Amino acid sequence: MVENRPFRDFMAYLTLVVGVIVVAFPVYLAIMASTFDAATIINGNMPLIPGDQAAENYSRTLFYGGKAAREPVMGMMINSMIMAMGIALGKILISILSAYAVVYFKFPFRKTAFWVIFITLMLPVEVRIYPTYKIVADLGLLDTYTGLVLPLIASATGTLLFRQFFMTIPDELLEASKIDGAGAFRFFKDTLLPLSMTTIAALFVIQFIYGWNQYLWPLLITTKSSMQTIVIGIKKMITTTDALTEWQIAMTTAVLAMVPPVLVVIFMQRLFVKGLVETEK
Amino acid sequence: MEKRAHFSGWTLPLLLILPQMAITVIFFYWPASQAIWQSFLREDAFGLASEFVGFENYIDLFKQPEYYRAMITTAIFSTLVAFFSLSVALLLATQADKSLRGGHAFKTLLIWPYAVAPAIAGVLWIFMFHPTLGTLARPIRAVGIDWNPMLNGNHAMILLVLSATWKHISYNFLFFLAGLQAIPKSVIEAGAIDGAGPLRRFWTIIFPLLSPTTFFLLVVTVVYVFFETFGIIDAVTGGGPAGQTTTLVYKVYADGRLGGDLGGSAAQSVILMVIVIALTAIQFRYVERKVQY
Repeated sequence: MVENRPFRDFMAYLTLVVGVIVVAFPVYLAIMASTFDAATIINGNMPLIPGDQAAENYSRTLFYGGKAAREPVMGMMINSMIMAMGIALGKILISILSAYAVVYFKFPFRKTAFWVIFITLMLPVEVRIYPTYKIVADLGLLDTYTGLVLPLIASATGTLLFRQFFMTIPDELLEASKIDGAGAFRFFKDTLLPLSMTTIAALFVIQFIYGWNQYLWPLLITTKSSMQTIVIGIKKMITTTDALTEWQIAMTTAVLAMVPPVLVVIFMQRLFVKGLVETEK
Repeated sequence: MEKRAHFSGWTLPLLLILPQMAITVIFFYWPASQAIWQSFLREDAFGLASEFVGFENYIDLFKQPEYYRAMITTAIFSTLVAFFSLSVALLLATQADKSLRGGHAFKTLLIWPYAVAPAIAGVLWIFMFHPTLGTLARPIRAVGIDWNPMLNGNHAMILLVLSATWKHISYNFLFFLAGLQAIPKSVIEAGAIDGAGPLRRFWTIIFPLLSPTTFFLLVVTVVYVFFETFGIIDAVTGGGPAGQTTTLVYKVYADGRLGGDLGGSAAQSVILMVIVIALTAIQFRYVERKVQY
C-alpha cells in the first residue's frame, strides 16, 4: 500500500482475526456440542474443549433413529445429496441447451422465448409456494425426488450465465466449424462444451449449495419422514418440546449438514467465487 | 448483441429450448397466474367451493393490524441486517484488501458461512443463546438481564438479526473485496501525495468509488432478508413469540398453511411479487449505469 506502517498492519490483522473468530465461534460450539453427552449440555456448563462422546454421537446420529421417531440422519443426507445433485445437474442441462438455442439459432419467437425465461429471474419460489404445491400435488409428485427438484430448476440464472459466456466466444469458431462441415450437434459437443467447462463447474458449485440448503420447498412437499432432507430434519429435532430435545444429536446433525457445502466452498473457492459473481450480474 | 453466424432450421432449436420452457411454464407461470387468480377468490370453510370476490382479499388484508405489524417487522429486520452485514463486511474487506502476508487465508476463513443453510445458521445461534443452556446466554443472564428469546419479542428479533447478519457477511465481504481490488491504486496514491491520510482517503476516494457495489449489495441484502431468512425465522422463532417476528414472507406461509386462508395468502404473495419486481427493476437500472461508469 501507500504508507508502510507496522501499527496499521497490526490493527488490520487484529480486526481480521477477531472477524474470523466471531464467524467461526457458532460452528466451533456446535462441533464441541457434538462431542458431549446430553446431560453435560443440558447443564448449561458445556466445556469449550472437546469431550469424549464424539464416536457415540456421530454413529447414533447417522445410523440409528431416536426419541420422537427420528430417522437415521444418513438417509436424510442421501436425500439432500440427491436433491442437490438433481438441482445442480438438471439446471445445467436445461439451461445450456436453451442458451445454445437462443444464441446460435435464428427461429421465430426467439426474443419472446428469451424474455419468457428471463422474467423468472425476478420471482423466488417463496412467493408462489401454495399454487406450486398444488400443481406438484396434482401431478402426483409429492414425496418424490422429481417433485423436490423440478420446481426449483425453473429459473433463468443458468440460461443467462451460459448466454453471457457464449456471447464472448468469437464468431470465427462457428464459421470455421461450419466450413469444416460440422453440424449443430458436432459444434456443440466438440467446440462449445469443452470451452464451457469452467462455467459449468462454477454453476454447479453455486447450484449445489443452493440445492443442499433448500428449506421451504422440501418442508412443504415431503410428508414421509423417509423423504426428509437434513436441513428439514434438524429443525424437527429441536422443536419437539424443549425438555425432549436431544441437543447433542441436533448439533451433530447440524455439523453433518454443514460439511458438504462448506467443503465445496473451501476446496473449489475459485469456481465458487466465479459462479457467485457471474450469476449475480 | 447478436451473433454474426447462425445455424439454420427451426425444429432443432425449438427442441433444445423445450425442456426449459416446459418446466418454466408448468412450475412458474402457471402457479404465478394461479396466485393472482386465487387472490380474487374466497374459499368456503371446507375448501369445497370458491367464489369471486374481487379485491376483497386485498381490502381485508389492509384492514388487518397483523399485516401492518408484519410490514414493520420486515422493515426493521431488513434495515438492521443490511446495516450490520454491510458495515462489518466493509470493515473486514478494507482490512483484507491491504496487502498483508497471509491475506488470502483470511478470505477463505471468512467466506465459508455462505455455504451454511439459513435454517442451520438459526440452529447454531439458538444453541448459543438458548436461555437455559446457551454458552453465551449465561453471561447475559449473569449481568441481570432476563434474556429469553422464546418469550421476549425484542430478544427474539436480536437473535434473528444476529444469525441473519452472520450468514450474510461472507457474501457482502466477497463483493466488497472484489470492488476494492478493482479500484486503481494510482488514484489512492495520488490522494496520498496530496496529503490525505488513510481515513480521509477512505471517505473521499474509496467509499464513493465503491458506491455502485454498496448499492448493489444493499438491494441483494434486502432481497435476502425478505426471502431467504425464512429458514432462520422458522428454525429460531417460528414467527413468535406471539407473532412478533412474523415477516411478510413468513405470514404468507403461516396464513396459507396453518390458517388455511388461501385467498388471503395469495393476495399477500401478489403484493410480494410486486415488491420483488420493483427491487429487481431498481437493480437492473443500476447495473446499466455501472456499465457506463
